[in-house]
This record gives sequence, C-alpha cells and structure tokens, in this order.
Amino acid sequence: MSSKLNSTIQGQQLVKTETLKSFDYLTWGLAIALIIGLILAPLWLKNYGLILLCTWAFRTVAVQGLNLTMGYAGQVSLAQAAFMGVGAYTSTLLILKAGVNYWLALIIALLISLLIGFLIGFPALRIKEGHYLAFVTLGFANLIWLVLRNEQWLTNGPLGIRDIPRPSIFGYSLFEPIRFYYFSLIMLALVTLVVWFILRSPWGRAFKALRDNPARSESLGLSQTTYTLLAFAIGSAFAGVAGVMQAGLVEFIDPDSFVLWRGLLLVMMLVVGGSGSLIGPFIGAAIVTLLPEWLRFTGEYYLVIFGLGVIIVMRYFPKGLAGLLPFVKKRFFTREVQS
Amino acid sequence: MKRLLISIVLLFSLSQAQDSVLFIVPAEISGGGATVGNNWADGVKLAAEHINAAGGILGAQVVTEVLDTQTDPPTSKAVIAKGLEKNPFAVIGPVYSGSTIVNMVEAERAKTPQWVGSEAASITQQGNQFIFRTSSGQNGSIPKVTKFMKDEGINSVVIIYVNNEFGQGGRAAAVENFGNLGIDVKLELSTEQQQADFTPEVLQAIMVGADAIFAYVNEEESARLLIALQQQGVTIPVFGEAVLLSQVVLDLAGDAANGVAGHVNLTAEAPVPAVQEFRAAFEAKYGYTPDHNAMKGYIAMFVAKEMAERVGSFDKLAVAEQLHCSLITTEDEPGVLMDIAYDENGDIDRDTFLISIQDGKQVVTGVLPRLKNTCADQ
Amino acid sequence: MQLQFFVQLLVSGIATGAIYALMAVGFALLWQTSGTINFAQGEFIMVSSFIILWLMGLLHIGLVPAFFLAMFISMFIFGFLFKRILVDPLLKYGDVPLIIATIGLGMIIRELTRIFWGANALPFPSLVKNKILIFGGLRVGTADLVTIAVAIVIIAALQLFLNKTFVGRSMEATAQNQDVARILGINVDRMILYTFLINAFLVTSAALLVTPKLLAKFSSGETFGLIAFMAAIIGGFNQVRGALIGGFLIGIIDNLAKFYLARVHLPFTDITLNLSPYALAIPLLLLIGVILFKPEGIFGRKEERSI
Repeated sequence: MSSKLNSTIQGQQLVKTETLKSFDYLTWGLAIALIIGLILAPLWLKNYGLILLCTWAFRTVAVQGLNLTMGYAGQVSLAQAAFMGVGAYTSTLLILKAGVNYWLALIIALLISLLIGFLIGFPALRIKEGHYLAFVTLGFANLIWLVLRNEQWLTNGPLGIRDIPRPSIFGYSLFEPIRFYYFSLIMLALVTLVVWFILRSPWGRAFKALRDNPARSESLGLSQTTYTLLAFAIGSAFAGVAGVMQAGLVEFIDPDSFVLWRGLLLVMMLVVGGSGSLIGPFIGAAIVTLLPEWLRFTGEYYLVIFGLGVIIVMRYFPKGLAGLLPFVKKRFFTREVQS
Repeated sequence: MKRLLISIVLLFSLSQAQDSVLFIVPAEISGGGATVGNNWADGVKLAAEHINAAGGILGAQVVTEVLDTQTDPPTSKAVIAKGLEKNPFAVIGPVYSGSTIVNMVEAERAKTPQWVGSEAASITQQGNQFIFRTSSGQNGSIPKVTKFMKDEGINSVVIIYVNNEFGQGGRAAAVENFGNLGIDVKLELSTEQQQADFTPEVLQAIMVGADAIFAYVNEEESARLLIALQQQGVTIPVFGEAVLLSQVVLDLAGDAANGVAGHVNLTAEAPVPAVQEFRAAFEAKYGYTPDHNAMKGYIAMFVAKEMAERVGSFDKLAVAEQLHCSLITTEDEPGVLMDIAYDENGDIDRDTFLISIQDGKQVVTGVLPRLKNTCADQ
Repeated sequence: MQLQFFVQLLVSGIATGAIYALMAVGFALLWQTSGTINFAQGEFIMVSSFIILWLMGLLHIGLVPAFFLAMFISMFIFGFLFKRILVDPLLKYGDVPLIIATIGLGMIIRELTRIFWGANALPFPSLVKNKILIFGGLRVGTADLVTIAVAIVIIAALQLFLNKTFVGRSMEATAQNQDVARILGINVDRMILYTFLINAFLVTSAALLVTPKLLAKFSSGETFGLIAFMAAIIGGFNQVRGALIGGFLIGIIDNLAKFYLARVHLPFTDITLNLSPYALAIPLLLLIGVILFKPEGIFGRKEERSI
C-alpha cells in the first residue's frame, strides 16, 4: 500500500508516515492532462490565446534559466532580460544582415549568451558572499540597453528592428500562428528536458549538494565557484534562446523590450512560482503572463491587484506557489502508520 | 396570432440591426508611455461621448474598449489580437511607434482600418492599406521648422535631442533637412528621459557657438533645458516643434521660455475656435490640459465616423479604400477640428502654425497652409 | 574658460548629487540595519511629492506646513506600516521574498498614483523663487543653493544623531551586529523601527527637493530607485557615509560625463567622437569596477565573514 515511508520524531515517539499513492496518481494525472491540454489548445484558442501561450512559453524558458542561477546556485541575476536581448539581437542580425540560416543563428545566439555569461560571471563570482552578481548584472543590464540603443548602424537604435522572420523546417514554414505555437511548445519541452537532465546528472546532484550544504560539499572537493559560474552561464544561455523565441513571436525587437525592469519581472516570476523547483518557472511565468489578462475586468486597477497578489504570495508562500505542493502532500495525502 | 408573429419578427430584426459599433483602443495606459497613452485614450473617449450624444454613427452607438499595451510591443501584439477577435469596426491606437509596428500587421491581417498616433516615418512606407496617421509625422513637420529657421537667417545649429524613439526620429529628420538647406549641424547632444540637469548641454552649446539651438526633447525636459539656458545667460535663439512650444512647457519654464520660436503641427493652443472648444470640453471632463495626442485620438474617431457615413455602412474594406486620397473639411465633420487631407499611403496634412513665445504667451506669427500636392485635392 | 566650465559643472552636479544622496542614505540605512533591500524606495519618494501637493490643495496650506504634515503621514505609512505589515513577516525568509514584495509594492503605489492623480507631470512649488547669482564667471541659481543647503543640514543632523546620541549609537550598533546589540541590552526591534521612520523622513525631504526640478510624475520612482540603489552600492552600502558620497558622485559624474564625452578628441588624429549617448555608461562602469575591485564599496568597510 505505502509507496514511500518517512520517519519523523514527534515528542519522544518515532512516527512513521506514508504518502498515499493517490497523490502520485493525482500529480501525474494533472501533468499529463496539462500537456494534452497544451497540445490540443489550438482547437479552442484563437490568435490571442496562442500569442499568450507563446509568451508564456518563452518566459518559462527564460525563468528556467534563471532558476539554475538562483534556485540551484543561489545567486541573483538581474540581467536575464538583457541576455534575452543579446539572444534576440544576435539571431535577428545574423538572419537579416548576414543571411545566416535560422537554426544556425539560434545556436550562435545561444553560444554568445553562454560566452558572455562566463565573461561576466567569472570576475563577479569570485566573491561568494552577498549579492555581488546581482550588482554586476544590474550594471550589465543597463550597459547592454545602452549599446542596443546607441549602435544604430547595427541595431537601428530605439526605433527597433521589424519584419523579423519566423523559422521554417525542411521547407515547412512555421509562420502561421498555430505552427509557431507548436514550435514554441517544442522549444519549451526541449529546454525542460535539458534542465531535467542537468538536475538528474551527477553534476546536478553536486549543484544541490552545494546549495544545501556548501561547507561540507567544498570539503568533499566540489568547487562552489565553478559550479555557480556554470549555472549562471547556462542559465544565461537559456535566456538567449528565450530572446530568439520572443523575436520570432513578436516579429519586432527594440531595446526597451529588454530593460532592467523586465529582468526584475523575470526574477519575480521565478520567486512567485517557486525557485529551486522544477515546476516553479512554469507556474511563475503563467501567473505573470495570464493573471493580468484575467484581471482586466477590474479595469485600470488590474496592475494594483496584481501587485497585491505578489505581496500576498510572498507573505504566505515565501517559497513560491510551487511550495504549495509539498504542503498539500503533507496535509491531505499523508497518514501515520503504526510501527 | 398575427400580431405575435409581427412582434417576434420585429424583435428579431431589432436585435439584428446594428445598435452599437465597437472601436478597440490599444494605448499606453501603463508603463513608460502612460502620459501619451492616457491623453490619447481620453481624447478617444471624449470623442465617443460627443458622437453618441449627437446620435452615434449611422444610428449606432459607439462603444470603445481601451486595451493597455503597457508600452510593451509583445503585450501590444497580444491585446490587439484579443480586440480583433471581437470584430471591431476600427482600431484607434497605439501611439508609440514600436507598438504600432508590431500590431499594424495584425490589423492588416484582420482587414480593419487603424488610426495611430505614431510619428515614425516607416509606418506608412510599407504598403499597408489599413494604416492611417492622425498627424503629419516627423517627415512632414520637421522640414517646416528647418525651413523657418533658414528664413530666420540661421546658418549653424546645435541639436539637443532626447535619445528615445521620439527624439531619434526627430533628430534624423532634422539632420537630413538641415543638410539640404545648407545649415551646418555643429553638434548633436544626446539627452535622457528624466534627465535632471541640462547644464552640460548648455555649456557645450556655448562652447560650440552656433547660431541657434534646435531642441527636440519631451515636455518636462524642454522646460528644464530652457531654465538651464536662462541660468547660464545663453542668448542664442532656441527653435523647436509642438512639444517645445506647448502650454505645459510654458507653465513650467516661466519667463525662461520667452523668445523660443518654431513650428507647430497640432496643438491645443491653435487659434481655431473648434480646437478651443475641444480643449475646454476636455479640461472640464478630465481636469488637465490635453496635449496633441489627446487631439489626435479625438480627431481619429471623427475621421472614422465621417468615413462610415460616406460609405454608408460599417464596411471596413470600403472605408479603408475610400479614405485614401480623401479630404475631410470641418464643414463635412466639425469633429475633425481642422481640415485634414489623406494621401495614398495614409499620411496626412493640414494647416500648421508658426509660433513664438512672447511675454509668456504663444503668439501665432504665421499660418502655413496645407500643401496642395496630395492626391486628395485632385 | 575650460576651468570655469569645470567648476560650473561641479556646482550643478553637487546640487543634483545632494538630492541623490538623500535618496541613497535612507536606502542604505534600511539595508544596513534590517537587511531590507527596498525596491519601492523610488516610489516612496515619488508618492510623497503627490501627498505634499494633495495636502496643499486640500487644506489650503503652504509648502512648508504641507511638507511637515506629509512627513508624518509618510512616517506612518512608509515607516511604521511598511515595517509592520510587509517587512517584519517576510524578513525571516531571507531577503529575496522581501525584494519581490517591495517590487510588488512599488507597482501598487505607481499604479494607484496614476489612477488618482493622472499620468501627466504636475508642477511642484520651489522652496524659494529662483534667482540667478553671478560669482565671477560662475552662475548659480538660488534654488540650487537652497537645495544644497537643506540637504547638507539634513545629512549633518542625521550624522550627529547617529554618532552623538544614545539612540543613534544604539542604531549603529544594531546595524553592525544585531546579536551583540541584543546582548548590550539594546531594543533591536525598536532601533530598526527608528531607521524606517528616518528613511520615511529622508524620502519626504528628497521629494521636497527633487520635485520642483523633476516634477511630480507617477513614473519617476523607477529612476529614483535605481539611482538610490546605485549610489548605495558605489559608496558602500554598509555605511551611511558611503551612500552619501555615492549620491554626490553620481550627480557630479553624470554632469562631467555628459559634457566631456560630447566631443572626445582622439589623440594624434583629427577625429572627434561624439560619445554623449554613452554618458550614462560612466556611472555604470564605475559601479561594476567598484564591485570587482573594491566590493565593499569605495567608502565602505570590510565585513567580517561568518559561515
């Protein structure tokens, strides 16, 4: 009957608890229903719904990257939106100005974001204590914005770049909203698999060990600096991919789409969703993308209510909404067993 | 029995009749462009109120739905897609060029005419048959200022611009036109939105020693720049456009604004009775002075109304086709405030004013009549 | 002529820097004593100016009485309530949830301000009518001089309070090490409350000084907040004096960069570059440089590390 046995000490007595199998059924059932729902979504969603879901998809990709940096390596990056800008501008300029193939441009954008991640992370992460990475990325995010705005010969400055192409694969154009939606969905699935793989690998376990007990892990020969740097660089590369997805969706990019404030919004998505949890980014991006839309009936108060919602989540679920899951599990799907 | 049947048929046909017509209004309600977007949306709402009070359009009451773009191109794309699913008669907005470039594609796909407040030159140069401007755009208005400056005997100039999409568009047009007129651009100074202190720019202008300063920054920054110029005792003349010469700047800069001159395309201070009436109605309803964006939104609604009436139905395709090369005078439709002529691209022209600030007041020193070279006059 | 311009830039830079310093000091104070990184600081300043304007209109009073009234309102809302409702329950979870909550709070304040007072910038009365004084070649406005004077008086009073009074020193002790402060019998929670009240006072003062120049506008909080944050980091956020100097530095560097980058003459060539669009980069590069080479800030002190 029991799938997992846990022991906790209450008072002097050893109490064994078990998680009911129904919890596993329920979560898996929900996850599968959600995936099927996403695949079938175009059946009942029109253009607007698809654009929202594509927005959710690229934001989730960016927030998953941030989750590696913040959730697992414990460092705050305020430049996630700036890295999206790096990705979006790199790929767009390669495609439009150099005639590079879309997929190659995507890979180069990813690599350049990764490289810049290393270049910034390396000096900034020498100091482990405090929020130094946050400060450096604050400066970096503003510098990137300045460069995008000022180098008009390359980026067209504040007027932005329009008519950004959408990809095609084996001659099959992904221009139509439905096709682009599936493209976004597949990109999201791929990134999620990569994150899944990273966290399952020995390498990912070292990550978690460092997060949970840095002193002990260091004594076992794990270098916190190296792992944090890797996490930050990979996380930034994900942002690059998200930027490419955004450019394709909107078919337009301008410097203001990647300002510091948007980076803060991504941090907000992660923390509200639940940092350090695999599903946190999905929840956080969904809340920030969809909730303002659902709140539009409140007229001009919708952003006020949204802000209030953020405060309430932080107040009652400081670990984010993903923290609800263990809570529900403990509260409703656990029972004591006689030992 | 027969009576019942008649009443049922009557009821049915009534519900079929178009008793309301929907306008969607994507605008910068929140975010960095909120000042502009709220002016625009308030202008649109005031127009809807005036139109409805006078019996609506073709007997249908106007319904407006404002959609907040958050001054964010991706959001702007999403909200316009949402609005277009309701099959509106027209799209009125947005103002920021970035948002317009993103969502004009959506309106075109839905074959819905769209009136925008954007000034960027590229918008009407892409063969989109559904996009219409509400002011002449930087390419239309900047040449008039530069020409005016040449007439005033200016041979060299320092450009002080705000480095955003508004300022860059104006700077590019100005540099081109100064070049054509043989006016030497000695220095271009980039400034920021929310810049607190303009002393560095003023000192640079003194050092360079040009005949004039061409200022192309937002309202609040214009006032700060004028005050800094006064403080440093600069006497070289300052020229500019609608923003520099607006009432807001005058109120903020006080006597530092005296002597400033330039060309104004569309302003709530225009010495036209219809404009003054609009301004009074707007101030009474919203409690603040409308800027040119409020006027543009207001006029856009009346252009749409006039075109629906000319076509005789809410046929969107016919309206878009008919509006190209159309002249709408204030006799046709007083709500357009001033005669307005559309060309084949959706660009417009109307009478404009030369203005200078004397003793804290705007004085109209000349009226530049609408250019008669658009196809509308043929 | 060159020297005269330099001095002129310096003087006007100090006038803006003095206001930035006020913004940053309160920010650093909160950070130092309670670990609160307040991303709503800019919005506190912005809305304080609207409160002053609102009181002036409502009660038909002058600027100065309205300022003092607003100060009490601000102390209650952005000092007392802010701490009790938002900071106290959240601080125990670390700084990140609190940062996110203050971002949410900033959003609420910004949107409510826009809804109640509109999106247009409103003019704001100045403490004195601006008159231009000429000293040699130097031209200075009386408004700027008053701004500098008021800011310096407030900052000096704050320094005196922190260094010379019992309460002030208890606050400093709390800031340095809460555990030690507790052992010394200091009521740590009360000291933290005092810093919140002082921050609220500084925020209202900054609003009084900055708004005549920058006007009351719902969106200006973002800029203020960023400046306060940057000044605190550059100067060293674990010391009030650091944030103070950081604020002045940003004001002065902004001005010098804008002037000298407009025409950069490349040596040994005839090429003159106009780098004025990059003037904003100078404080940012300074910020990054400080973090990389002197992470405790230019004027900060090294913190003892603890595991």
